[in-house]
Amino acid sequence: MITPTHYMLLSAALFIIGVAGVMMRRNIIVIFMSIELILNAVNINLVAFSYQLQNGIGQVFAIFVIAVAAAEAAVGLGIILAFYRNKETINIDEMNLMRW
Amino acid sequence: MGEAIAFYVISALILGFAVLVVSTRSTVHAVLFLVLNFLAVAALYVLLTAQFLAVIQVLVYAGGIVVLYLFVVMLVNLKRPPEDHSAPQRRGWLGFALSGVVLAQLAAILVWGGVGAATDSSAAQSSDLALNNVERIGMLLYADYLIPFEVASMLLLVAMVGAIILAKREL
Repeated sequence: MITPTHYMLLSAALFIIGVAGVMMRRNIIVIFMSIELILNAVNINLVAFSYQLQNGIGQVFAIFVIAVAAAEAAVGLGIILAFYRNKETINIDEMNLMRW
Repeated sequence: MGEAIAFYVISALILGFAVLVVSTRSTVHAVLFLVLNFLAVAALYVLLTAQFLAVIQVLVYAGGIVVLYLFVVMLVNLKRPPEDHSAPQRRGWLGFALSGVVLAQLAAILVWGGVGAATDSSAAQSSDLALNNVERIGMLLYADYLIPFEVASMLLLVAMVGAIILAKREL
């Protein structure tokens, strides 16, 4: 039988895969895709509890999360393009303009 | 029984494609695996009787955001692969170990913490939320959550203006 715990375990595993991608990869486009995976994990949690409680508010908030993810992708990819135009790299280990 | 089989198959697809997204060397292949991952998540939403959200997931994520990623991958000229320069102070294994620890922690909390252990999610199959999904979501979105909805639309407008300003060569 599928309980909410199953959905939360799936969501936790997807979240951790996204966090591992953020921490281990050096390609900033892949890091942005990992952030999308993290937001999807959050959405799975919201929809699972919406189903469990038979309450539509979870799905409404999942729609808001999708809107924020779209805004984040647009602005983030704009930043990547602007940075690539200046430094000719998308490696985050070379993105240290503001560190020293 | 059928719900369990569908859940395990879709979960395996979601987690497998997610691992491929973060582990593939080629960025274009990672974007394509991301599409498959989003489609599997949409299938999970259908399993959870959130049909409207499944359609939104396919349209916005698999249709819009992924095309944006593909555009950026094509615009950024990857003559020098981004993974060949590594900072000397980078500790990749430490991130992996920390992720494993956090996953074990979350799993332990969920399994032994008794969160929703007694309840069974297949109890309410043909409820009002499942049958009139779009109507219920629309009533919530445009009546109870009207102000957050407008704030989200303002956020999208600001993000659009910001993206244009950031990507423009000179103002």
